[in-house]
Amino acid sequence: MWASPMAIRVEWALRLKGVEYEYVDEDLGNKSEALLRYNPVTKKIPVLVDDGKPIAESTIIVEYIDETWKDGYPLMPADPYERAQARFWARFAEDKCNAALYPIFVTTGEAQRKVVHEAQQCLKTLETALKGKKFFGGDNVGYLDIIVGWFAHWLPLIEEVSGASVVTDEELPLMKAWFDRFLAVDVIKAALPDRDRLLALNKARREQLVSSA
Amino acid sequence: MAGEKRKGLQLLDFWVSPFGQRCRIALDEKALPYEYLEQDLGNKSELLIRSNPVHKKIPVLVHDGRPVCESLIIVQYIDEAFSSSSSLLPSDPYARAQARFWADYIDKKVYDCGTRLWKTKGEPQQQARKEMVEILKTLEGALGDKPYFGGDEFGFVDVAFVPFTAWFLTYERFGEISVEKECPKLAAWAKRCGERESVKKNLSPPEKVYEFIATLKKKFGIE
Repeated sequence: MWASPMAIRVEWALRLKGVEYEYVDEDLGNKSEALLRYNPVTKKIPVLVDDGKPIAESTIIVEYIDETWKDGYPLMPADPYERAQARFWARFAEDKCNAALYPIFVTTGEAQRKVVHEAQQCLKTLETALKGKKFFGGDNVGYLDIIVGWFAHWLPLIEEVSGASVVTDEELPLMKAWFDRFLAVDVIKAALPDRDRLLALNKARREQLVSSA
Repeated sequence: MAGEKRKGLQLLDFWVSPFGQRCRIALDEKALPYEYLEQDLGNKSELLIRSNPVHKKIPVLVHDGRPVCESLIIVQYIDEAFSSSSSLLPSDPYARAQARFWADYIDKKVYDCGTRLWKTKGEPQQQARKEMVEILKTLEGALGDKPYFGGDEFGFVDVAFVPFTAWFLTYERFGEISVEKECPKLAAWAKRCGERESVKKNLSPPEKVYEFIATLKKKFGIE
């Protein structure tokens, strides 16, 4: 689905490996028979179908891509301890940071100020994994950059739509710098959904959510 | 304290934790000696807080002084760092992805739903019952007619789910769910796993789990 941050992770991984793929956009309000057949358990996207075999859950798909095209660009670190660290932070970002960001989108005023602060604390913790490095993966983009990378494109947009200020030079300098570096990578840039289209979609969504809150 | 890197494996854990038990089972399956350190979760140790500053939770595996957190991440770490002994994850990437998917499903669903089963009453409990039966049936579907989730060998998904079999009795008594009745294949799988040394040694006796939860219920004032 074109506006899904989870789907983009898969595209980034495939592109970094130089693997050709067919993109099939899903209407989540009217899920295709294929989606329901390929992912009967959660019925969610993204689903990667490799030679007819479906794999679901973006973090799992990215590891699958790394292991299947193992001679290509390395996504996961080679060392088991580093791999454990990457998986830990991916899980933290998924479980905690994602959950901390959503409330910003649906609140206003004082309530929003409170949740922005909480989100910043969460991101500050994640930021520690970036210390002294160009990317989460070290000198080059790796698994954790791919998992967390959607923040770089979506967060500034959420900030604009919600009238909030989250990732600033004062509060999250390392993260902000990483946003710029990450989005400058050709392969990453190439797969980003159109900003204006995404902005319009999220503006509409926010209006709907805030008015019904 | 600084620079002190203790050699070997230590597991910071809490006796009844199914997440901790996953790690204990994995360590035993790989025949890895380790030091078990029971944690007081009401009064967290400096070691626990230092080893898992982000979540302050167990289990934590400390290997040569370096901590690894999150039970499934620990199990994968054990499998990868000690790759010479028998593997818990299959070698084929697609089979690995399937194993990770089901372990992740178990992680996302079982514990939360199980907690609601004993913590709630009335409508929320009925909802939790319905969900748990669905979760168990889905897992039973994934198991199919295979002896273990991964096929012929005990592996990653079995390790991820087997500690929860010690909770079936608790689900039965507080949540009125009979796994035997609803999911006979799953019940048979539980019995099969229960015959393994690593599982026998590390699972809490179901009655002990039940007592533990009964005590918690009293503590929370849930009748």
